[in-house]
Amino acid sequence: MNRSTIDLWVGVFVAIGFGAILFLALKVGNLLTLDRSPGYRLEANFENIGGLKLRAPVKAAGVVVGRVERVRLDPKTYDAIVTMRIDSEYEFSKDTIAAINTSGLLGEVYIALDAGGDPQMLKEGDRITKTQSAVVIEKLISQFLFEKASEASGKDQGGGQPAPAAKGAEGAKK
Amino acid sequence: MPAELAGGLAYWLRRLGGGVTGAIAQLGYVARFLLAVLWHTPAAFRRIQLTLREIYFSGVLSLVIILMSGLFVGMVLSLQGYETLKRYGADEQLGILVALALVRELGPVIAGLLFASRAGSAITAEIGLMKTTEQLAAMEMMAVNPVARVVAPRFWGGVISMPLLAALFSGFGIFGGYVVGVRLIGIDAGAFWGQMQAGVDFWPDVTNGIIKSVVFGIAVSLIAVFEGFDAKPTAEGVAGATTRTVVISSLAILALDFVMTVFMFRGAASA
Repeated sequence: MNRSTIDLWVGVFVAIGFGAILFLALKVGNLLTLDRSPGYRLEANFENIGGLKLRAPVKAAGVVVGRVERVRLDPKTYDAIVTMRIDSEYEFSKDTIAAINTSGLLGEVYIALDAGGDPQMLKEGDRITKTQSAVVIEKLISQFLFEKASEASGKDQGGGQPAPAAKGAEGAKK
Repeated sequence: MPAELAGGLAYWLRRLGGGVTGAIAQLGYVARFLLAVLWHTPAAFRRIQLTLREIYFSGVLSLVIILMSGLFVGMVLSLQGYETLKRYGADEQLGILVALALVRELGPVIAGLLFASRAGSAITAEIGLMKTTEQLAAMEMMAVNPVARVVAPRFWGGVISMPLLAALFSGFGIFGGYVVGVRLIGIDAGAFWGQMQAGVDFWPDVTNGIIKSVVFGIAVSLIAVFEGFDAKPTAEGVAGATTRTVVISSLAILALDFVMTVFMFRGAASA
């Protein structure tokens, strides 16, 4: 094996090796379109963020317009404060509603922005005031079970009381 | 009777202590050997052709086994992953599964294991045989430092080849996963790549995989050159050293992988 052949093969090897790293970075890791765009920050308060994670998508009409950058707890009100970075090409009106949704039953948790009609737009550091917290499935289930149980016990104790009335009372209490 | 018991106990304790001090002394010897290799690296790089030759032997000649293994691992991963994901109706997530498994774990680890058995054993056998046939002693007679002339180029050849081989393994694995997932099973190509790009980040997923492969490269190369240099200069000694290289390298890769994974992905998991 003479010298120039070895040089050639080593050159080929190193080139395709770096090609593979480049492939992993660009095609697999999607380095280029990784949100390097400057964008602007918005904040929103939620009573409960459920399973929201850092880097979770922020979507408007299903289109990803930003990412969750930071989640922290307000020490006074015990609300969760979510900081999102929104692509600078999108603007949202002051009365935009932010909701925490789940795509599918087991899917990822994301923030949905529903734009309103206010002519004033949200700017860097603004806070979205209209929010809708995450739906916690355990809470829903326990609420449902509790209602069912109280319904059943109401029937037992009330004796002659008709069921629709009990249901109506439950609804009114809520 | 008690004296006998005490004597037996002392014997076992002495053996335990001897084993521990022996292991520590060995570790110190390896560390000093690494320092010697690094110290003689500039001298070795002055004749860069020696290192290029070693990259050829440990890198280029390992390509076939690495690429074929990567392809098949990716294809199997795709088939198995699809079977499981299908139960949850999440078969479009196959791209993420294949890419993350390969880039984070399987790429560096399997490429490292293959590299240890393909190239590490060859390095140990070569240096061990040079020692047995007194070529190393002859070099010293000619005032040529064998660490600079023989050991350092092989060490650096391995360190440089390993990350490239691991990246190629992951790349070909993902290609194999694509072939089976998209061409054979019929998952939508857009979903396959799109989900992958959404779920895999260059930082930290790809970079952590690269860091792992660099660490494995250093570990395997060091073990290989050390075992060769330290081998008993007999046929049996070289055979034992070659076996030890493969066994110790493989265990070192798996242990290091676990330790690094604990540190690397602990933060990511809680985020």
